[in-house]
Amino acid sequence: MKNIILHINKAFDHRIRLGIMSILMVNEYADFNTLKELLGATDGNLASHTKSLEKVDFIKVEKQFIGRKPNTKYYATELGKQEFKKHIEALEKLIKNK
Amino acid sequence: MSSENYLRDISEIKHLMNKSSKFISLSGLSGILAGIYALIGAGFAYWLVAQSESGYLILDGKVFRLILLDLILVGFFSIGTAIYLTTKKAKKNNQKIWDSLTKRLLTSFIVPLLAGGIYIVIILNQQRYGQTGALMLLFYGLALLSASKYTLGDVKYLGYTQIIIGLICAIFPVYGFWFWVLGFGIMHIVYGTVMYFKYDKK
Repeated sequence: MKNIILHINKAFDHRIRLGIMSILMVNEYADFNTLKELLGATDGNLASHTKSLEKVDFIKVEKQFIGRKPNTKYYATELGKQEFKKHIEALEKLIKNK
Repeated sequence: MSSENYLRDISEIKHLMNKSSKFISLSGLSGILAGIYALIGAGFAYWLVAQSESGYLILDGKVFRLILLDLILVGFFSIGTAIYLTTKKAKKNNQKIWDSLTKRLLTSFIVPLLAGGIYIVIILNQQRYGQTGALMLLFYGLALLSASKYTLGDVKYLGYTQIIIGLICAIFPVYGFWFWVLGFGIMHIVYGTVMYFKYDKK
């Protein structure tokens, strides 16, 4: 049991952060507005969660401008993908054990 | 956190992955209708050729131009119906019709289709007609396959089916017309019916 808990990743332990990673796992990238709409999060909320995922190098951020509008794209890094997989596997095991 | 929370997490992950990467508003009904249009169009073409003096297709006459018009109409009505029904379904599901996902879906569908279409026009201009049916089936199948990444499962199988029919058709170009009927007419109806009962009729 302890072993399973070990693989539950604290970085993902929030619905928004989990959501961001799920979306980035199956899409090459997603921009800020897409994430916002899919997750139903506010600007500030999403910004702080993406920042915390960026800090641990689970996602990569690319900022550019389309005309004058800022457009921010998010990508999942290899590390992030691996950690996310581990996290999901741990969750599944945890549920099965109960 | 209890395991119930984790369970909810996992189901939410699954939902988000599907919603963000798969376009689920394709309507089965539009598949059935596209098949029916194709059959009507093919019937009309068959009648045209049978009516003509020679009894077979000559490529510079009025008959050929009528058949081209016939083909364009079939395409036009199929696409129109698909757009109409899909928009309606997307509205019902509260999905956005024109987002980055649809754009990616359309690009990956249209690029192979357009390449194929232009190629067919080129070889028609070189008076090589034999493989037209096979090429239409093949490129359409490839277009479906390339778009299927962004749709739920089954479009892929329609793509494979069209490719296989196209290849068989290439071996027997004399029966091109009938393979065309099978691929664009009957397979669309079969596929549309399956989709309709699987996703639409709930």
